[in-house]
Amino acid sequence: MLPSSSQPLTLQAQRIRAAMWFLVPMIAALAITAAWPLARTIYFGFTDTSLTDLYGGQWVGFDNYLNWRTLSSGRVIFRGTLVDPGWWNAVWNTVRFAVISVSFEAVLGMIVALVLNAEFKGRGLVRAAILIPWAIPTIVSARMWGWMLNDQFGMINDLGLKLGLLSEKIAWTASPDTAMLAILVVDIWKTTPFMALLCLAGLQMIPREIYESCKVDGIHPVRVFFSVTLPLVRPALMVAIIFRTLDALRIFDLVYVLTPNSSATKTMSVIARENLIEFDKFAYGSAQSTLLFLLIALFVIFYIWLGRVNLSGEGR
Amino acid sequence: MKKRVMSALTAMLAVVSVAALSVSALAAEISFVSGATGNAIENLKRFVKPWEEKTGHTVNIVQMPSSTTDQFGQYRLWLAAGNSDIDVYQTDVIWAPQLADQFIDLSDAAAGVINDHFPSIIESQTVDGRLVALPIFTDAPALYYRKDLLDKYGESVPTTWSEMTAIAQRVQDAERAAGNPDMWGFVWQGNAYEGLTCDALEWVKSHGGGQIVEADGTISINNPNAVRALEVAASWVGRISPQGVLSYQEEESRGVWQTGNAVFMRNWPYAYGLGNSDDSQVKGLFDVTTLPVGEGGSQSAATLGGWNVAVSKYSENTEAAIEFALFMASAETQKQRALNDSNLPTIISLYDDADIAAQQPIIPRWRDVFLNAVPRPSAPTKVKYNEVSSLFWSAVHDTLSGTTSAQESLEILEADLQDLKGSGW
Repeated sequence: MLPSSSQPLTLQAQRIRAAMWFLVPMIAALAITAAWPLARTIYFGFTDTSLTDLYGGQWVGFDNYLNWRTLSSGRVIFRGTLVDPGWWNAVWNTVRFAVISVSFEAVLGMIVALVLNAEFKGRGLVRAAILIPWAIPTIVSARMWGWMLNDQFGMINDLGLKLGLLSEKIAWTASPDTAMLAILVVDIWKTTPFMALLCLAGLQMIPREIYESCKVDGIHPVRVFFSVTLPLVRPALMVAIIFRTLDALRIFDLVYVLTPNSSATKTMSVIARENLIEFDKFAYGSAQSTLLFLLIALFVIFYIWLGRVNLSGEGR
Repeated sequence: MKKRVMSALTAMLAVVSVAALSVSALAAEISFVSGATGNAIENLKRFVKPWEEKTGHTVNIVQMPSSTTDQFGQYRLWLAAGNSDIDVYQTDVIWAPQLADQFIDLSDAAAGVINDHFPSIIESQTVDGRLVALPIFTDAPALYYRKDLLDKYGESVPTTWSEMTAIAQRVQDAERAAGNPDMWGFVWQGNAYEGLTCDALEWVKSHGGGQIVEADGTISINNPNAVRALEVAASWVGRISPQGVLSYQEEESRGVWQTGNAVFMRNWPYAYGLGNSDDSQVKGLFDVTTLPVGEGGSQSAATLGGWNVAVSKYSENTEAAIEFALFMASAETQKQRALNDSNLPTIISLYDDADIAAQQPIIPRWRDVFLNAVPRPSAPTKVKYNEVSSLFWSAVHDTLSGTTSAQESLEILEADLQDLKGSGW
């Protein structure tokens, strides 16, 4: 349908051309703020750049990912991110964190959304109030929780002792057994409102008549939820879950504030930052950032594919 | 990139938030960035007043968190980005080899005063013949103890770790029985960060276990004395030290101490002045002594700390910045710091100063401690020091939290350090 240059432009082609001009600033802005830094990071991952000399790095191929050398004894040793137990520990921590936190948030968010969807007095106020944890900047809520979880003067230990739930003060963020639990609790507390909000939006799309006819037919509310509400709210829920998963995979601030150096909670972002800035391993950290980017990109591709399948109406 | 923009924003915010004083046309505005423990920043603002009045320049104090690890990360980013917003950096004693390329050589500017300072400190800040930072105060930790509690239970001041452990346990148990359930025997810095490297280096060194990496670059950490040192420390957690000590930095341990809930504390001298302030519950009830000696060790070990000022090579006010750095390192400022913050001077003559002796009696007594202080292996390990330190504190933290045995973690640590070292530091 594209016109050749000698012919006058059709209206359609003119529109496309105009749209392209309008898009140019946006694309340029994205290229400068997203594509260029990303390309640089990926490039750094293939060099031996150090933070003291950002422009003096030499190309080293995949050495930051995997390299090996043969020792004089004939033994071959492998080095690089892909065989770094610290990195795989971080991957495991991140995935574990993402799966557990998103599952809890989805279930709790759904419950909260169902409650908020009901008609009751003061609903507007409750809806606003429930958003407060989400509205507090993570750095502030992490500090706040850090104090609440403190072993000596934290109110959580104090309450637990007074109510007889704890037998002694627990150092929540210090002990490797409870550090991940602490991070999960804070994240779930913070993000459940976001999930609830998205689920609520989905719930409100469901026509009232369906519920009314269920009521007339005398169907048990639990069955209504599983056969009517859940299938209808699923698209919204899926969007919420995927957004949250992407977010959870790059968790950084909460871990950095609450348990900065605990290997029980170190995530991919935390370990990449550590190598990039604290250690003299800028290129190694760049390689790790690239891997994190690839992992998130995979999720995005999966999400887009999921969207396509649904749009084409073929279902799954 | 994103981080760089973020840090630039943070810097701008910080600079803007500090109220600018009168700026005349010729006067420069020096941005000085410093971490803060206790009330150091409030005091600092007072110290720089006379300099501002004398020179007409103004000083923006940009405040950073007290964790040295956090500060280092931020400074490294600013310096890598060639940030000219900050003129003068307050630097930790261990940073000189890592950041040397980004700072101006001060040896000419400071030629006249270099010899007033302790030579070992000047040496620690000299990299490849360039003096990259001027010392403003030095640091060596002490064992803080509650005089009143030791007297009450007829205990003497401990000189070995095992004595300290036993006394801490007895006093803690007795105090708890007497209706003080929050009492603990010993608080220190057990969080996985640079501070734990300091604490653990003291245990290891005082048990005769070397200093992780020796001055000639040999990795010495995997030895029976070091294992014993870590086993002793691990035995404290949950018994005379709260489990939470594994998340404590300096300020958290001071929090427990200053509310009167600890018999002993390992901390830097800054806590001396604060502990005797009016709102302190232990005011006048405590004293300090050298850290205990371990079995197998010959003497007490105190990790050498201390802070310096360095001028960024990206500064646009180099002259004023150097002048400011010299002022910060001067005898006059160091005396003010000693009096107000109980910071140890790096200028030898101040240890005989009558005012300091009267107001901060800890300082003259500290001269010998600090002359025997143990440096962290930042000089031999050069740019890899942070990673060495991180591997060390992780190994120690794993032992303290009971994840791995001392023997096992030091064995793995040795292997990791050898990998890191490769053919040379």
